[in-house]
Amino acid sequence: MSRFSVAVGEAWKDRRRLLLSWFALPLSLVAALLLGAIMMLALGANPITGYNALIVGAFDGSYALGSTAVRAAPLLLVAVGICVAFRANVFNIGGEGQLAMGGLASSATALALPNLPSIELIPLVLLAGAAGGAAWGAIPGAFKAYFNVNEILSTIMLNLVAVQIMNWLLAGPMVDKTQNSTYGLIPETRLLPRASWLPILIPNTQLHLGVLIAVVVAVGVWVLIYRTSFGFRIQAVGLSRDASRYAGMPVKRTMTLAMTISGAMCGLAGALLVFGSISHRMVTDGSLTGFTGSDGFNGIVVALFGALNPLWTIISAFLFGGLLVGGDALQVATGVPADMVTALEGLVVVFVVSLEYMRRRSRTTSSPSRRSRARPTEPVAPAESLVTADERSDP
Amino acid sequence: MTTPAASPSREGVPLLQMMGITKRFPGVVANDRVDFDVRSGEIHTLFGENGAGKSTLMRVLYGLYRPDEGEIQVNGAKVAITSPADAIRRGIGMIHQHFMLVDTLSVAENVALGEKSQRGPLTDLGRVSERIRELADTYRLNVDPQAIIWQLSVGERQRVEIIKALYRNVSLLVLDEPTAVLTPREVDELFVVLRQMTEGGRGLVFISHKIHEVLDISDRITVLRAGRNVGTIQSSEASRARLVELMVGRAVALESQPSKGTGGEVRLSVKDLHVKGDRGIEAVRGLSLEVSAGEIVGIAGVSGNGQRELSEAIAGLRTPLSGSIRLGDAELSAANPADARAAGLAYVPEERMRDGVVPFFTVAQNLLLVENRSRDYSRLGFLRTRAIRRHCQELISAFDVRTPSLDTPARNLSGGNIQKLIMARELSGSPQVLLVAQPTRGIDVGATRYIHERLVVQRDDGTAVLIISEDLDEIMTICDRVLVMYEGTIIGSADPRVNTREEIGMLMAGVKSAVPPLAGEPATASP
Ligand SMILES: Nc1ncnc2c1ncn2[C@@H]1O[C@H](COP(=O)(O)OP(=O)(O)OP(=O)(O)O)[C@@H](O)[C@H]1O
Ligand SMILES: [Mg+2]
Repeated sequence: MSRFSVAVGEAWKDRRRLLLSWFALPLSLVAALLLGAIMMLALGANPITGYNALIVGAFDGSYALGSTAVRAAPLLLVAVGICVAFRANVFNIGGEGQLAMGGLASSATALALPNLPSIELIPLVLLAGAAGGAAWGAIPGAFKAYFNVNEILSTIMLNLVAVQIMNWLLAGPMVDKTQNSTYGLIPETRLLPRASWLPILIPNTQLHLGVLIAVVVAVGVWVLIYRTSFGFRIQAVGLSRDASRYAGMPVKRTMTLAMTISGAMCGLAGALLVFGSISHRMVTDGSLTGFTGSDGFNGIVVALFGALNPLWTIISAFLFGGLLVGGDALQVATGVPADMVTALEGLVVVFVVSLEYMRRRSRTTSSPSRRSRARPTEPVAPAESLVTADERSDP
Repeated sequence: MTTPAASPSREGVPLLQMMGITKRFPGVVANDRVDFDVRSGEIHTLFGENGAGKSTLMRVLYGLYRPDEGEIQVNGAKVAITSPADAIRRGIGMIHQHFMLVDTLSVAENVALGEKSQRGPLTDLGRVSERIRELADTYRLNVDPQAIIWQLSVGERQRVEIIKALYRNVSLLVLDEPTAVLTPREVDELFVVLRQMTEGGRGLVFISHKIHEVLDISDRITVLRAGRNVGTIQSSEASRARLVELMVGRAVALESQPSKGTGGEVRLSVKDLHVKGDRGIEAVRGLSLEVSAGEIVGIAGVSGNGQRELSEAIAGLRTPLSGSIRLGDAELSAANPADARAAGLAYVPEERMRDGVVPFFTVAQNLLLVENRSRDYSRLGFLRTRAIRRHCQELISAFDVRTPSLDTPARNLSGGNIQKLIMARELSGSPQVLLVAQPTRGIDVGATRYIHERLVVQRDDGTAVLIISEDLDEIMTICDRVLVMYEGTIIGSADPRVNTREEIGMLMAGVKSAVPPLAGEPATASP
């Protein structure tokens, strides 16, 4: 190869890298949607009708936008929580359990204080939600920090425990006994005090205060991570426990706190699910995701989609919320089974993750410098990239 | 297997020729049209300041970086080396300063790693072990194929790396600062092996900052300055002064003769300390020492005699079995680095990449690692970006840390510049006690002098300085008092102005009566 063609080859590689890094997200979306279209065709539905319904349902008009934002708010909070934990090199898979605990704690608070005015009750229930989630995040955090218990295992187990506690409480001690059902009681609480409902910000939409709170929290967490000395320590601990310890940082406490904050975000999301709901009760259906609607897991996807940066996560949560809201509309318009919509969401995830993988590969092959200096004792990849979480090994 | 002597080909054609190699990184030209060649049977040394581009040039050769410009010829044929595997296929091996061995595997397994087994998918460890023994015999490299890597000392690990290269039958071997981590005796042994390796016609590239080693082992020496080749000379024509002049571009005096410290109140006092080492054996056995404000105390000794465990215990990174450590007014009992720092300790660790820096953090973030809570750099928990940047800018210019910017990740700095960064950070507070392990390991001669001067300034400001170093020259130059550590205790003390290198060397070898105990120092030697 002549020197010239080498240069051209390199330039082309650079171009490709650029394409991959800036268009990875839109590209993966388009790819997933194309595949979804083929699936719809196979099911005898018209994909154009379907996607039209999806976009209209999610983004057309203030009502649709409001619904999308409301659907996005808990996702955003969970995702932001994932970001915090990830910076400390802890992977929080416990969103489901933390959501449930947040929902329970906030509902119980509202039920116990029926006579408080909104201005006191709303902050209280939100704090209670955050506290419930925080407790459920602190446990695996502390176990990881102090006893080196793998957080992925412990958070998944705690999800199961939380769901069992929730199902028991909602079917037993907290159940609404006034309902008259011939088929047994629905596992739900009484109607929560009106003063605890999250106020609607824009009339004739569902857009409630929780959306604003979620966005403010996301920005706040960004500031916390990148502009405060506590955030600095979280990052340091996440990147090198040894160097942080040597520098005199309280490594274990920082890790535990990061997981606690992460849990608090998820718990707050749980409170939004309750007090921003249309029924204004805490409801489940006895299944694992009956209360959360899988937001604890979807939030992970949102966080990855948002490059684990709280600010990007705002956009990614909104898009993903749109997919969920529009998915319902798509289903109604085309009559495809609900599973089809779930599959579509899954496809987006798969494409995002694989494109990110390709992006990383192209980066490492065309500039080996990034890899070659990696010494055996360092984490393998910079924390910025999406798929690093599972590649990082724990000491 | 063929011996490498069979391959070096046409007469007069060098084994390796690198022509006009340019490698740029964001903000720096690490190699600027460098010409470099290695002949069969020679040891060719690369010499130059920290960040001059030595490692970069060798990484280009080993296929870790692709050059922006230039050409590489192996045995006269133009090649494009795209990966380390490719380099090894072409007979080029490299031993990095940070070894690339898998800790939990045996020597034989590490050597077999990445090699095709002759038994297809099955491993072939028996044959590998046999071959390792053969090579170990031929080159008198004392290595047990069955030993597990983590049990080995640094010197032993290096021998494993050499065996690995020999096993792959390389005809050109690059050794990037191999002697930085070795004891003087191990260096001598290494040099014997290196000489023997060239006899078969191999070519070696050697990198070191120690001029006496360079003059001792090299056939030719190439000096890099700021990425450029500023001269390739025969070792016989080289001298200390000439090399230094080439390296920095002007003549400089390297020897400094610092004044003697006065000494004051005791700042660090260790009594009857016992500390367990990594391998479960007691590494520090009843050690006592004292360091006063305004003096530099050096701990000399062959590495592996408990120095690392001692320093980690003082720094609060390792819990002692028994004994006491007093730092200023504070008694440090349980291992807690934060307590030690709060009591006024600054510590430059031996394991830079692991303990000293967060490799993915930027230069600025690494400089802030210790003081991130200080009032000067954070207000109400928020980082004061402007003040931080100003402070960092001052530090990197004061310590001559060569970096394209404050926002360059620390992992992209050259080895010596990472050490300077850590030094800058640790000296920037006003520590009561300064503990420095291997202060100038991997540091070029100019910067070494500068660091020594800074240590002396620190001492004159009233800091108690404790230096752990294997470099006897360093100890003799800057210390006011020398303690020799042997098998976990202080076997004796010496005055560098009175005692000779030989006397201290005897103590280091464990010969106790070599130096008569100095008056007024009964407590330092342990029972
Ligand atoms: N991967 C990289 N990314 C960016 N810059 C780099 C990278 N590797 C090296 N550099 C820069 O290139 C220059 C040369 O570095 P190199 O490691 O080759 O120096 P060196 O001569 O080996 O120094 P030392 O004696 O300190 O090891 C330095 O300025 C360094 O910061
Ligand atoms: Mg180097």
